[in-house]
Amino acid sequence: MLKDITIGQYFPGHSVVHRMDPRMKLILTIFYIVILFVVSNPFGFIPSVLFLAGAYMVAKIPVKMIARSIKPILPIILFTSILNLFFINGDSVIFTLGPLHMTWQGVYTAFRMALRLVLLIAGTSLMTYTTSPISLTDAIEQLLGPLKLVHFPVHELAMMMSIALRFIPTLVEETDKIMSAQKARGADMESGGLIHRAKALVPILIPLFLSACRRAEDLALAMECRCYRGGEGRTRMKQLHYSQLDFMGLLITVILLAVVIVLNLIPMPFLNWLM
Amino acid sequence: MVISTEHLTYTYSAGTPFEKVAVRDVSLTIGGGEMVGVIGHTGSGKSTLIQHLNGLLKPTSGRVLLDGKDIWAAGPDIRQVRFHVGLVFQYPEYQLFEETVYKDIAFGPKNMGLDDKEIDKRVHEAAEFAGFPTDLLDKSPFELSGGQKRRAAIAGVIAMEPDILILDEPAAGLDPRGRNKILQQIREYHAFTGNTVLLVSHSMEDVANFADKILVMNNAEVFAYDTVERVFARSEELKKIRLSVPQVTNVFHRLAADGLPVPENVYTVPYAKKKLLRLLGKGGRSDA
Ligand SMILES: Nc1ncnc2c1ncn2[C@@H]1O[C@H](COP(=O)(O)OP(=O)(O)OP(=O)(O)O)[C@@H](O)[C@H]1O
Ligand SMILES: [Mg+2]
Repeated sequence: MLKDITIGQYFPGHSVVHRMDPRMKLILTIFYIVILFVVSNPFGFIPSVLFLAGAYMVAKIPVKMIARSIKPILPIILFTSILNLFFINGDSVIFTLGPLHMTWQGVYTAFRMALRLVLLIAGTSLMTYTTSPISLTDAIEQLLGPLKLVHFPVHELAMMMSIALRFIPTLVEETDKIMSAQKARGADMESGGLIHRAKALVPILIPLFLSACRRAEDLALAMECRCYRGGEGRTRMKQLHYSQLDFMGLLITVILLAVVIVLNLIPMPFLNWLM
Repeated sequence: MVISTEHLTYTYSAGTPFEKVAVRDVSLTIGGGEMVGVIGHTGSGKSTLIQHLNGLLKPTSGRVLLDGKDIWAAGPDIRQVRFHVGLVFQYPEYQLFEETVYKDIAFGPKNMGLDDKEIDKRVHEAAEFAGFPTDLLDKSPFELSGGQKRRAAIAGVIAMEPDILILDEPAAGLDPRGRNKILQQIREYHAFTGNTVLLVSHSMEDVANFADKILVMNNAEVFAYDTVERVFARSEELKKIRLSVPQVTNVFHRLAADGLPVPENVYTVPYAKKKLLRLLGKGGRSDA
């Protein structure tokens, strides 16, 4: 069923991570991504993994959710890993197969890249799991605030994002309903060739499109009735405040960065054969 | 055709924090040719239940039987079931998509693989049953009024000539006159074809007026499934689950409580009128 696709993926909760300021979560996520690219010593991955595992535990997000967020990019991870395995040049060859040879350097690079990708996805997913889409757009709007000075339409962009996010579940539900209604009239969407299937979409797309237009019109009218006229002079009901929690999070992340940098600087000659 | 369910249970979003049991352990049998009203509080699982009857939803556990055969046992061709069990969704006008009403009503029969002549016959008959003016068949469905769209959409399901017709709140959002007319038309369709009809409704009056039996859903479970008289006789219990009995029934209960010699099993306005006239007739006037 379409319903099973989670978009926005927000997992409501009251954990420390949930209660952090969305702006800080956004900043820390970007920070974490930077750290992942700073790591050059293989031991540097250990604190990075621990950090994220700890964050997941504190946020009480089940581990299987990580698997779920990684599933869509699994082909990319596999593909890059295979390329790395066979095309990284090095001298500690494991075996040779015609023009291909696998080296320890290749194995290491493949592993490093795959781990980096997994941590990247898991890290950003943690943010979307613990932050509602609406507060996320709020955070983006405020963080991009300075761009208003160069007449960049920050508020409009954020409003568009909120509206789009708000309507995704509605449209998914609507699609489900229309599909069911047409199936009840014997529409066949599961069999036949490509052209047949494309044609079978018409009875769904037309009503869906019409309903989206109708909703857009209604929403525009409702906004106008409440005197919406853009971001100028608009105050917010929910003010964002940094709290102690946020600075704690920041502190821990800075410590992680320091640890990673120190590990990078420590010479590890016994690892040279891998590099 | 007889349709029945055995220990039917359905859970939405199983295995996530949003898990919700919408239908729990429902076993019932609806005989051929019955006219059943389905009532229940909002969210009680009516729509979920009826979507199982034509195989749109697959039970989490339990079975749905059509003439004694499990509809999911037959294999992949669940579509055959949908040709026997027609389902009109809530606000069906939002599913119209063709250039003309005629083509839209013909969508179902066409999917059944009927020939043009048969389709033509069915479109006209269905339009008539649903009270859709046949001279508007060549119009675009988007040029019609709300009530006309509703009728066109209902005709689209009737045209498949299902043995069992299920309608989810077919009168929702219409004015009182339109409501009665559509329900009347469904009643006539039932009388004429002798097919089973299931009518989901929020209105006790509608159910009392048009159904022979009532299925009451409460909190995902079947609260009662019996004849109109016997279900409304349990008015105290119905009130406990925040459902009511028809307004006239309440009036008659109050009259009886005030000591007037009126029966308590009054569920429809015409019947109530007859009883009241007889009562007043005793007082001297019989032509009121
Ligand atoms: N697609 C869905 N996903 C998750 N939960 C759902 C879905 N559809 C319905 N539900 C839930 O299942 C329960 C039963 O819903 P259902 O639509 O069957 O009720 P209903 O009796 O038809 O109500 P109404 O009279 O308002 O139409 C409700 O609590 C609802 O929140
Ligand atoms: Mg419903």
